[in-house]
Amino acid sequence: MTKDYTQLWESLGLNLGKHEGLLTVLSDAYKNIYLSQKNRPEGMKYFDFVISEVHGLRIEELYEAKKNKRKVIGTFCVYVPEELILAVDGVFVGLCAGAEVGFEEAEEYVPRNTCALIKAFMGFKLAGLCPYAEMTDLIVGETTCDGKKKAYEIFNDITKKMYVMEIPNMKNESDRILWLNEVEKFKIKLENLTVKKITLDNLKKAVNIVNEKRKALKRLSKLRAYDPVPISGLDALLVNQISFYDDPIRFTQKVNELCDELEERVKRGEGVFPKGKTRILIAGSPFAIPNWKLHAIIENSGAVVVGEESCVGSRNYRELTDEKFSTVEEGIQKIASRYLTIDCACFTPNSERIDNIKNLKKALNADGVIHYSLQFCTPYMMESFKIDKLVDFPFMRIETDYSMEDFGQLKTRIEAFLETLQ
Amino acid sequence: MISLGIDIGSRFIKAIWIENGEIVKLKKTETSYEPLKKCEEIINELKTEKIVATGYGRHLLGFNGDITTITEIKAFAIGCKALIQDCRTIIDIGGQDTKVINIDEEGNVKKFEMNDKCAAGTGRFLEIMAQALGFSLEEFGEIKVNLNDSINISSMCTVFAESEVISMIAKGIPRENIVLAIHKAIAKRIVSMLRKINITESIAFAGGCASNFLLKTLIESEISKKLVTHQLSALAGALGAAIYAEKN
Repeated sequence: MTKDYTQLWESLGLNLGKHEGLLTVLSDAYKNIYLSQKNRPEGMKYFDFVISEVHGLRIEELYEAKKNKRKVIGTFCVYVPEELILAVDGVFVGLCAGAEVGFEEAEEYVPRNTCALIKAFMGFKLAGLCPYAEMTDLIVGETTCDGKKKAYEIFNDITKKMYVMEIPNMKNESDRILWLNEVEKFKIKLENLTVKKITLDNLKKAVNIVNEKRKALKRLSKLRAYDPVPISGLDALLVNQISFYDDPIRFTQKVNELCDELEERVKRGEGVFPKGKTRILIAGSPFAIPNWKLHAIIENSGAVVVGEESCVGSRNYRELTDEKFSTVEEGIQKIASRYLTIDCACFTPNSERIDNIKNLKKALNADGVIHYSLQFCTPYMMESFKIDKLVDFPFMRIETDYSMEDFGQLKTRIEAFLETLQ
Repeated sequence: MISLGIDIGSRFIKAIWIENGEIVKLKKTETSYEPLKKCEEIINELKTEKIVATGYGRHLLGFNGDITTITEIKAFAIGCKALIQDCRTIIDIGGQDTKVINIDEEGNVKKFEMNDKCAAGTGRFLEIMAQALGFSLEEFGEIKVNLNDSINISSMCTVFAESEVISMIAKGIPRENIVLAIHKAIAKRIVSMLRKINITESIAFAGGCASNFLLKTLIESEISKKLVTHQLSALAGALGAAIYAEKN
């Protein structure tokens, strides 16, 4: 970090001692996992910087934004319409949920066998380690799974900042109406919170900003289809993770610059690894930052991850919002229908997800698919069994969490899977 | 030219030296707290051209010089194919992992399942339970039991199962009956793993637990098929690594 942020953290009520410990662990992990990689693109330097300042400079930026009367809205899910937050000049941030942090504190409120992501967002807050949560004016939850739903009730008792959107479980006409109402309600909530109106002009701008971000991420994804692959799976994952934290316009610009460099690499036939590496698509649960475990194991076992069919991945950028609308109401409708294309495992049926996995595997020239479910993430765990029976390509199911205790078993299983692909 | 296959398991290190496909020498020793030292001793026992390491500790050797590593899943596939030619399904119950594997006619791995992250249903589980009941691991699978006895243990977690066993002892349940319950619990777990792959006609039973007669009988009765073992079943991983070394 470039400067001392102790005062800022103290003013946010963070647990300074523990926070220092967390940053040290993170910085060591980052050195070992990220900075030790060879042939990294120059364009990754920006993202390295963002990570090094994830609890520093970015928090200071949010602080400045708040001084200018902007509201900070925290989220946990790709179903929360970022466009509406930007339209009221709000700052959209994903909250900390990707490390085994504060689990003891979290287990005072939720059962032990709760998925690691839920325990982590509770834990980060309860242990006083998430500056983002402290910065927020509103935290938006969603009814994607039972664990999250119930956890948000408890989280509201703790933070008094929760607002929960109801995500339907099906995609019938009545569900579309329900969801459209939810998006409209969210619009009013944001307008009341910020005392700003969503107009056709600011909504169009916001939709465009988010679409440009998604286009940049799609562009990055397409570049991973080449052999040799111009960027490691770890680096591409990091970019996807940072998309939930960074200023969207600056982020889009930096991703596009990275992609320009990668295109040059592709033209020269250069890659981050030699040609002919075994290529893996990961499908399943989200990878909240700093969850880099599976990518690190796969890429240290001689293969490369070429894509993530995940909320931190293709589910976040696959579909754009139609920018052709001429009233605010119409815009809201376009936004609502765009979000309902997301193939989260909380829906039933969810057959489009299997097609999306098949298409992505083909588009990225992957040799096999590893399905990753966070332990106790029932929707993805259940779907993995179903998909296993329906696909005719190499497929392996993994259930894991943020801990390192299954590292040996995972390494054996992943290496054995890779052996079957060679 | 002599090739060495070395299988560094969580409980034992197994080594097999082969020359032109014939076994020249074999060795089994406890992994201990200094596996690398043990491996170095083994490697120095005989002048060897090629070495392939497998098993949980394979990377210990992989990091130290030009030793190729393969996973124990691949090693057992090659090793079992050599020992039991027509096998297409392999059950390997080792110290801390349990695996079931489908292979094709050439011995290539087609599909496999492996326990996730705890020692439930593994050799280590049996060892701890044997200890709790005052048996040696060798006696454990040979104990005469009444197969119709109906008591069951419900927990497969090594820690909880041990306390369940202790409470059974406290209730005065004969230890032979508890032995059966423990083996039934593991057999059930193996069978549910087997159902996730294909249960073929010829099934090889390998790994350290292959010599456990009771476990073998229980799995057989559950799937109504015979399991084939070989006197070298426990060393199938080391043999597979040695064959791989010789061929590559």
